[in-house]
Amino acid sequence: MSNLDVIEPMAKTRRRLPQELNILSVLIGVALVFEVLGWIVQGQSFLANSQRLTIMILQVAVIGIIAVGVTQVIITGGIDLSSGSVVAMTAMITMSFAQTSDFARAIYPNLTDMPVIVPLFIGLTLGLAAGAVNGVLISKTGIPPFIATLGMMVAARGVAKWYSNGQPVSFPTKSFAAIGSGAWPVVIFLCVAAFFHFALRYTRYGKFTYAIGANPQAARVSGINVQRHLIKVYAVAGLLSGLAGIVTCARAGTAQAGMGIMYELDAITAAVIGGTSLSGGQGRIFGTVIGTVILGLMMSGFTFLRIDAYYQEMVKGGVIVAAVVADNYRARKRSKA
Amino acid sequence: MVTARTQEAIERVKAALPDAVLEIEGIRKEFPGVVALDNVQFRLRRGTVHALMGENGAGKSTLMKIIAGIYTPDRGTIRLRGEEVRLAGPLDALERGIAMIHQELALMPFMTVAENIWIRREPRNPFGIIDHAEMAAKTQALFDRLNIQIDPLAEVRFLTVAQRQMIEIAKAVSYESDVLIMDEPTSALTEAEVEHLFKIIRDLRARGIGIVYITHKMNELFEIADEFSVFRDGTYVGTHASSDVTRDDIIRMMVGREITDMFPKEVAEIGAPVLQVEKLTLNGVFHDISFEVRAGEIFGLAGLVGSGRSNVAEALFGVRPATSGTIRINGREVDMASPAVAMREGMAFLTEDRKDTGCFLPLTVRENMQIAALHDQHVRLGLVQQREVDARCAEMKDALRIKTPDLDERIENLSGGNQQKVLLARWLMTKPRILILDEPTRGIDVGAKAEIHRLISKLAKDGVAVVMISSELPEVLGMSDRIMVMHEGHATGILDRAEADQVKIMELAAR
Repeated sequence: MSNLDVIEPMAKTRRRLPQELNILSVLIGVALVFEVLGWIVQGQSFLANSQRLTIMILQVAVIGIIAVGVTQVIITGGIDLSSGSVVAMTAMITMSFAQTSDFARAIYPNLTDMPVIVPLFIGLTLGLAAGAVNGVLISKTGIPPFIATLGMMVAARGVAKWYSNGQPVSFPTKSFAAIGSGAWPVVIFLCVAAFFHFALRYTRYGKFTYAIGANPQAARVSGINVQRHLIKVYAVAGLLSGLAGIVTCARAGTAQAGMGIMYELDAITAAVIGGTSLSGGQGRIFGTVIGTVILGLMMSGFTFLRIDAYYQEMVKGGVIVAAVVADNYRARKRSKA
Repeated sequence: MVTARTQEAIERVKAALPDAVLEIEGIRKEFPGVVALDNVQFRLRRGTVHALMGENGAGKSTLMKIIAGIYTPDRGTIRLRGEEVRLAGPLDALERGIAMIHQELALMPFMTVAENIWIRREPRNPFGIIDHAEMAAKTQALFDRLNIQIDPLAEVRFLTVAQRQMIEIAKAVSYESDVLIMDEPTSALTEAEVEHLFKIIRDLRARGIGIVYITHKMNELFEIADEFSVFRDGTYVGTHASSDVTRDDIIRMMVGREITDMFPKEVAEIGAPVLQVEKLTLNGVFHDISFEVRAGEIFGLAGLVGSGRSNVAEALFGVRPATSGTIRINGREVDMASPAVAMREGMAFLTEDRKDTGCFLPLTVRENMQIAALHDQHVRLGLVQQREVDARCAEMKDALRIKTPDLDERIENLSGGNQQKVLLARWLMTKPRILILDEPTRGIDVGAKAEIHRLISKLAKDGVAVVMISSELPEVLGMSDRIMVMHEGHATGILDRAEADQVKIMELAAR
């Protein structure tokens, strides 16, 4: 009996279930816990309240947009700590080009009432540029992504504060504010997620991204221009942070230098809960979307149960660690197989 | 009188001790999708070296890990010194006297030799503080017993692989182990180091320790092993004394068939020069290397490890570009600045180290196989035409007879030989005109070896220019049309197939 005969029938029963199934079950579990607690503590349903769910998803849409970029960075084996600061920087600068002439103290009094495309373009370019700088630093100088993006994190926050001497920038045009109104943030998030889920799975860009994360040396020998590709991936992450900045300030109707603090960590958390491995080469955007929703469920669930914000953070910390522990456990089981 | 009585007691104890220190029966171990071992038996006698032989994937490693307590068998019994045991883990095994010396050595690089050996068992002074002087003295005593000359206070990271191995052995001895498992211990050693290792092994054997020895090298088997057991496809084939058999017998047992033609060299039509290299130099590594390779030709590159063979290959493919000299492809000079450039010129490069520069371990067989082809095939507007690629991957899987449940299997779950075939498939999918192979059959089993050789011959016949590096002289001699020999970064000669033999190559390689 050859080896193959032994393998074949068992492989059928083993037909890999999609990785996301794990995460999906966590999502359902979390939702059910809150549902049960909801009936016990508040005497009402947690899930059967579309308004609550809408608010929940709106809250995390921005995190989700960032997480889509961060997931790709993590798949290459890197990390991006600069997202939150880039959100603030793009929010400040974008808003200054989106102010209405009704407001007397606009930053650029001559550039008020601009068509919405102008601030949009400026914001996206800025995010892209910040990400590209990250990418160039990492691939050309060879410093660890942690350090390069830490530098960007501090510097971009500095730009955000310096730009208007720490003053908030407000009063956007109606058309700009519309970007953040209603369900638009969620629509943008889902479109971005769908686009990159597809890109990672079915394009050369995606295949190369996974290859670099799995083994950068082998990727190089396989003819992949690793440096150039890394710049692309970090630029995409920056672009999405820029987009998140635009959405954030459009929704708030104001831009402040303190915006987006800790967003990078929330985004990393969403990616990791969603099954993206910090050692690179593994992860999917769909998982990250579920991870984002889990984060949102927890935030909204705690509020619903009227649990103190301090406890929320404690539990969130626990969840991050638990997600990675579970991931390690899964990886060990796999490698033993 | 006392001595006489003691002597008698020792004899009595000796007689009571079972001959077999370790007996294994009816072992079965299953992993998801694979039965790794089925109804396997194994018997290790005191004071013998017992080799485990078999192709990759035959189950040697699994058996070894079961003995070392790393895996728990699904079924079967393990008897240690006549007593049935259940090993709870590697530590449990170690404390019961079973020590394993891993292929990838498991020492802590920033600690001293002594600290590594006595970790968890450090001698302490009355205040409970570690007594470093005592620890060093104990280490020295241990080394004296084993004839090892290493400073107990040296930090491990400064030591050679051979020295680290000696330390692992000493550590095993310090546990008073009577079963010692060695997994391809000579794979990274020089000849002199191998000699020293064998001396130590013989010494351990004389002390009554049973040694399980895993190797792919046939000559080692005859030199050091008393007995050997052969495994095939997870089953036990048989045990014999190594003095009773010939090399061919063992191969037959391992593959279960006769391998008549190890090097199926086919006559190929030699065409125009495709690759011309002139005075290629990488400062401090290799100098003034010149040769040409023609279409249909297999050009062998021989030389000792460290002679610069692999560096030349890397320079040809732009992995680490040369500092001076020229490379011409089809007569046109090309600046090989990166692998991407080399691939555009129709080159392909199977690297020496499967793990480091070959496999994408967490990815599937499909992803591993298709990646290089995606540069200029099967992609439209950035979209991978997966159905097209899948068809070609399936073709490759069949043509190269890659053993995997399907293309979605992770490559890390494949045996070494099958991983190598996947990597070869990766490059064949790019339809190369120049194929550089660095140790194409290292660490893979005899059957897969012959298949890869056949494939290389066929490629040459189809007009591919092949550059093949190999440390195995029979392989170089059997496959090559011409052979360039390197020594310390210089080409010491180019031999024709007709004139080349092992002696001539060794003379050029080692002078």
